[in-house]
Amino acid sequence: MNRRSPKSASTSLDFPDAGGSSGPLLVVEDLHTAFRTTRGTVRAVDGVSLSVDRGKTLGIVGESGSGKTVLSRSIMGLLPPRDVITSGTVHFAGHELTAMAPQQLRQIWGAELSMIFQDPMTALNPVKRIGKQITESLRLHVDMDRKEAVATAIELLRSVGIPSPEERIRWYPFQLSGGMRQRVMIAIALACAPRLVMADEPTTGLDVTVQAQILDLLGDLQRERHMAVILVTHDLGVVANRADDIVVMYAGRIVEQAPTRTLFHDTHMPYTRALMDSIPRLADPSGVRLNAIAGRPPDLIHPPTGCRFAPRCPYVQDKCRESDPPLRTAGSPDHLFACWFPLVNGVSTAPVASPTLRGPVATAMASVAAPPAPAPGTPAPPAPPVDRDGTDPATGEQPS
Amino acid sequence: MTDTTTASAGSGSVSIPTPDSGGAEAPGPDAEIVLTADRLVVEFRSGRQTVQAVSGVSFTVRNGETLGLVGESGCGKSTTGRALVQVQPPTSGRVIYKDQDLTTLNPRQLRRVRTKIQMIFQDPISSLNPRRRVRDIVAEPLNIWGRGTKKERAEKVREMLVAVGIDPDTAGDRRPQEFSGGQCQRISIARALMAEPDLLICDEPVSALDVSVQAQILNLLADLKERFGLTMVFIAHDLAVVKNVSDRVAVMYLGKLVEIAQSDELYRAAAHPYTEALLASIPEPDPDHTSDHKALTGELPSPLNPPSGCRFRTRCPYAQDLCAEQEPPLRDIAPGHQVACHFPLIEGESGTGGTVSPVALTAAAGLPASSSQRPTAVPPNPGPPRATTLPGVVTPPRPPTPPAPPIPPAPVAPAPLPPPSTAPSSGAAPAPPADDAVTSDPEADAGGSGGRKKKRKKQ
Repeated sequence: MNRRSPKSASTSLDFPDAGGSSGPLLVVEDLHTAFRTTRGTVRAVDGVSLSVDRGKTLGIVGESGSGKTVLSRSIMGLLPPRDVITSGTVHFAGHELTAMAPQQLRQIWGAELSMIFQDPMTALNPVKRIGKQITESLRLHVDMDRKEAVATAIELLRSVGIPSPEERIRWYPFQLSGGMRQRVMIAIALACAPRLVMADEPTTGLDVTVQAQILDLLGDLQRERHMAVILVTHDLGVVANRADDIVVMYAGRIVEQAPTRTLFHDTHMPYTRALMDSIPRLADPSGVRLNAIAGRPPDLIHPPTGCRFAPRCPYVQDKCRESDPPLRTAGSPDHLFACWFPLVNGVSTAPVASPTLRGPVATAMASVAAPPAPAPGTPAPPAPPVDRDGTDPATGEQPS
Repeated sequence: MTDTTTASAGSGSVSIPTPDSGGAEAPGPDAEIVLTADRLVVEFRSGRQTVQAVSGVSFTVRNGETLGLVGESGCGKSTTGRALVQVQPPTSGRVIYKDQDLTTLNPRQLRRVRTKIQMIFQDPISSLNPRRRVRDIVAEPLNIWGRGTKKERAEKVREMLVAVGIDPDTAGDRRPQEFSGGQCQRISIARALMAEPDLLICDEPVSALDVSVQAQILNLLADLKERFGLTMVFIAHDLAVVKNVSDRVAVMYLGKLVEIAQSDELYRAAAHPYTEALLASIPEPDPDHTSDHKALTGELPSPLNPPSGCRFRTRCPYAQDLCAEQEPPLRDIAPGHQVACHFPLIEGESGTGGTVSPVALTAAAGLPASSSQRPTAVPPNPGPPRATTLPGVVTPPRPPTPPAPPIPPAPVAPAPLPPPSTAPSSGAAPAPPADDAVTSDPEADAGGSGGRKKKRKKQ
């Protein structure tokens, strides 16, 4: 299945071999994407920097409207040409994508950098047979003849777990179930053995059983082919076991970024914590109240001043409303967070509990805020974690 | 069930079956049964073929209870929900709400009853009319029934919008597309509650929402249930979500119930291999969660031509020859815990089942494969992922009759073993005597195939 050999001569760009060059595969620096609308300018991505190493998986997590999809499209260069303001740079395998002309990008899309979209029904062409949709990129990028491309497409369908691919290759998308369509999408994305696959909510809308199948499949193929994967999702549960690093986005910005285990065991940003806590856990007794995050993400035309999460944060202080917390490191250089009063061992370092608490978090807060407040910046003594019931062993409240 | 069958002849009013083992320890074991689905069958004709969407599903829902209905797409859970409300009239079987058999009502009577049974749908945006204002959408049930004066209605709309967390002043005059999915779901809920229903049927109400919004809606439903004294049927594909909101959970596969138990028991002691697979497929938000889960392979077989015997056998890692030959009936393995499997992963704590499955026992106890007791192939990894997390259920002292005697798996009409003399194993509520569970006719709740299999265990 390793067919990255006959990269055709038509590819004028020179891509250093995956093993040969050092440094990260993808580097995004200070990326901004804004849309002009009649209501004003929507700053959907507001100064994001990240990098992905070869063969690694980066999870990008956030709610709807956090800018994660716009970020992934900005990286790909898949934004509409009009009414979009972008700045910042994206380097992929040594080439600056942001400086490329559309023709050049087209040589990279599919061949080196490909995307799996959320909704396979709209992403697939409904009036073309799936075989045609897979062979298209093979013939374009790998310069295969028709017969060879068809054989490869059958192999690809087999490798993504579609039974009797010789037959299915002649099917149309509507004849397939949602899970099967997503497998076809993966087959198309992987056809030319790209080095980076961007998967934007690849399993949202699928059953949990199918989700597990698809994610396992993607993981297996990734290892087999040494691809890097960016997994964009709203569900931290999806990336917990699959990503090497996780970026948490809120209102167009990165609010926390760390290796996966660090992020889960030493969460600093209350928003990250809140995202974790809003997931129903099997291990919890039924009927236990979920720690929902009150409110909604802010309007990106008029984002709140100061920390953008402040209006929903259970630990908000005056300082949070006044000035914007920078993305800074904690402990290790690879753990970044943007919070004035980060959680330490699950306990906020905010000096006093905010009087504006709402909802269920308030009750959780009560136990935390009761002891004499530690000064900001000093690690708080181990106290009941801000968790749904304080007894959840799975969230990793151990000090790290 | 026989008594109800006779009663139903003639009038639309029937007597409700007496409490049975199936209802068990829901939030009021003695609470009145509000809804009974009795051998519900829904079939769709397509050309000469028949899609068997729901094939004999029976369960009861008690007052104040939330029953979860879980399964993959295409398992018939939504069709079941629609059949309950008679939006999709069942091909056969009965739906008894309070004292009325809904399947026998005429449209006029049905309309009246439906004010008491409301439904919430999966896609909140498309279930709201995009051209109407929120205020009018929510007021519609009152307008239809002509309840109250105009002023009273407006006041009630305000109250209800506030109850679901929507600001009536800013939102009332807007239209659905101006709202996010979560807000639209709140509006749908407000509309559903306007007619003051007793019973709320939620069909995948949070599947289209982000986890953060999902948590908000789940909490909201829990609050409203409390406040309005609702009984709920909650349909979803995510067992973690269902478990969170439900008192009891019924697992469906390809039109049949395969397991029904209290939520916590289902998680702690899943007995059906399909339930185990569903549990294993849920992504845990924990990087250290070592899931040796085997993602369920394959897809749901076609409901046009379901597999013989056990419908799950084509994807079941433990399938035996028997599974292809005989359909496993839904039977009690513990009080309030029923499973339709020849070789359940756990056996009844109180020995009610009477069948001992060598495979399942070994597997469930996490014991290494002891060759003699395995009829045939069991996956190389003996401990099914969940089974290992069943302390107190499986491992506790086996009754004096250990799995050793190779009782041939003959689950159809077993003579119930005498209840073991040893203390009931820890974990769940002390098991009542085995006889108890068997005596009370499980059919109302248990009739996955109750209608056909006369040879159910009767002492």
